[in-house]
Amino acid sequence: MQRWSRFNIASIVLGFAFLYLPIVLLVIFSFNESKLVTVWAGFSTKWYVQLFHNQALLDAAWVTVRVGLISATVATVLGTLAALAMTRYTRFRGRMLFSGMIYAPLVMPEVITGLSMLLLFVAIGFDRGFWTLTLAHITFTMCFVAVVVQSRLLSFDRSIEEAAMDLGATPVATFLQVTLPVIAPAVFSGWVLAFTLSLDDLVISSFTSGPGATTLPMRIYSQVRLGVTPEINAVCTILIGIVAIGVLIASVVSRRREIQRVKDEQAAFAH
Amino acid sequence: MAKFGSALFNRLVIIIPYAWLLFFFLIPFFIVIRISLSETAVAMPPYLPVFDLASGVGGFIDNIKQFSIDNYIWLTEDALYTKAYASSLWIAGVSTFLTLLIAYPVAYGMAQAPNTIRPTLLMLVILPFWTSFLIRVYAWIAILKPEGLFNQLLLTLGLIDQPLIILNTNWAIYIGIVYSYLPFMVLPIYSSLEKMDHSLTEAAQDLGCTPIRAFWRVTFPLSMPGVIAGCMLVFIPAVGEFVIPDLLGGSETLMIGKTLWNEFNANRDWPVSAAVATILLLILVVPIMFFQHAQAKADGEGR
Repeated sequence: MQRWSRFNIASIVLGFAFLYLPIVLLVIFSFNESKLVTVWAGFSTKWYVQLFHNQALLDAAWVTVRVGLISATVATVLGTLAALAMTRYTRFRGRMLFSGMIYAPLVMPEVITGLSMLLLFVAIGFDRGFWTLTLAHITFTMCFVAVVVQSRLLSFDRSIEEAAMDLGATPVATFLQVTLPVIAPAVFSGWVLAFTLSLDDLVISSFTSGPGATTLPMRIYSQVRLGVTPEINAVCTILIGIVAIGVLIASVVSRRREIQRVKDEQAAFAH
Repeated sequence: MAKFGSALFNRLVIIIPYAWLLFFFLIPFFIVIRISLSETAVAMPPYLPVFDLASGVGGFIDNIKQFSIDNYIWLTEDALYTKAYASSLWIAGVSTFLTLLIAYPVAYGMAQAPNTIRPTLLMLVILPFWTSFLIRVYAWIAILKPEGLFNQLLLTLGLIDQPLIILNTNWAIYIGIVYSYLPFMVLPIYSSLEKMDHSLTEAAQDLGCTPIRAFWRVTFPLSMPGVIAGCMLVFIPAVGEFVIPDLLGGSETLMIGKTLWNEFNANRDWPVSAAVATILLLILVVPIMFFQHAQAKADGEGR
């Protein structure tokens, strides 16, 4: 194949090496015997053992997981509704503003989002802590869910919805029994995206959280500022592992569903 | 009943997310602007009271009379802030350009790849995006340190005699931004290149264009929507970036996201940080609207 030239292959290989090498090095040095993260001194898992005795870190991890689960779930509901509103109703009052509020958070610098939410919570007298953190995470992750679900809805064949309605299904029933099963893989990957974004966030969390609600990235950040240690490498490796497994499961599930969907469609046409 | 249910359902689909975003995304900006116009006070929260519903309309007008632009005067008088804005825009601009230089060949290579391996390549580009931003920035500290892995490699190869100082300079920030935002540039360029009709380049070459000329005259202009979307996705958040300049940059590096953070967390001056955020928002409002417009247009075409 002439189009897939040597230059193309070289740029892909170099690009991917650039993307992955730093992460690979980080993982390798989490197994380093020495306290230095730049000199290899033999294999050891002692930093991992040490982690499980670090109560502050474990508490932070627990807060992070709870915030992630709650916020990703609410954000998925809100984001899916927003995606429906954007694709199904092309004309309603304030649609421009609505689409602006969906797209702007995707690129908005986090310091601005974080500061503005904090000032909102202070203005309405809401004590900062676990719940303010969760509300902030719902707000910025729902827009990502909306974009993911929206792109699926745009390629959705609406005639099957119309068929259901013609046969007497209510809009709610149509949505639950026809639309939702079809867009489910996108909704699911939206949830996974929202969860990982929540898991990773540092800046918005630092602004909106209060005493007793320190997340893992906040804890990692305060340790990183003191210097690079293999212990942080170990935490990071565990996080990378969790995310990698999650993404792998998500992609296998969505691929299976896709194959199933194609099969179902073929079966339906065969009749 | 069905009719009533349907109308209600349609309403709720719009109203629920709309109300949520108005309350948690839009209204907070007005609060930021309002607080940027109030005076600093030594109290908790550290600004003079801004909302007093009990005082009615008269109170509201009095309230407006108390607006003070002192914070903004303060920002223009202190060269630190102007410099921080200028250097943020400069650093974001240079990094966006470097990201484009690296991302374009990768996206181009991916679009030319055989159909069978494209999904895998796409997955590999997206994967780092799911890993923590903080972790990916942190990974570079060990590499760029004077005694770090990059310098060790260069010393071993005999390319340099003395370690290069990269960490805590602007170069480290460029590397950090390019690295962190690369997938955001690759993906939109790839999707616009993938949609392209290859017979166009072939036609140009048949008509006597060299491959390089065909690229610049046909392929590149057609990929412009992807290039623009990618540049916006990198540039806008990079201007307000905090983590990268804080961890990789030096003490003399000025970036507005870091200035805002310090003003807020170290100096506890909320009105001034609100003013810093307001001006940053004003600078970014044009690119953000441009981005939203381009994005909405692209989605419209997808129909």
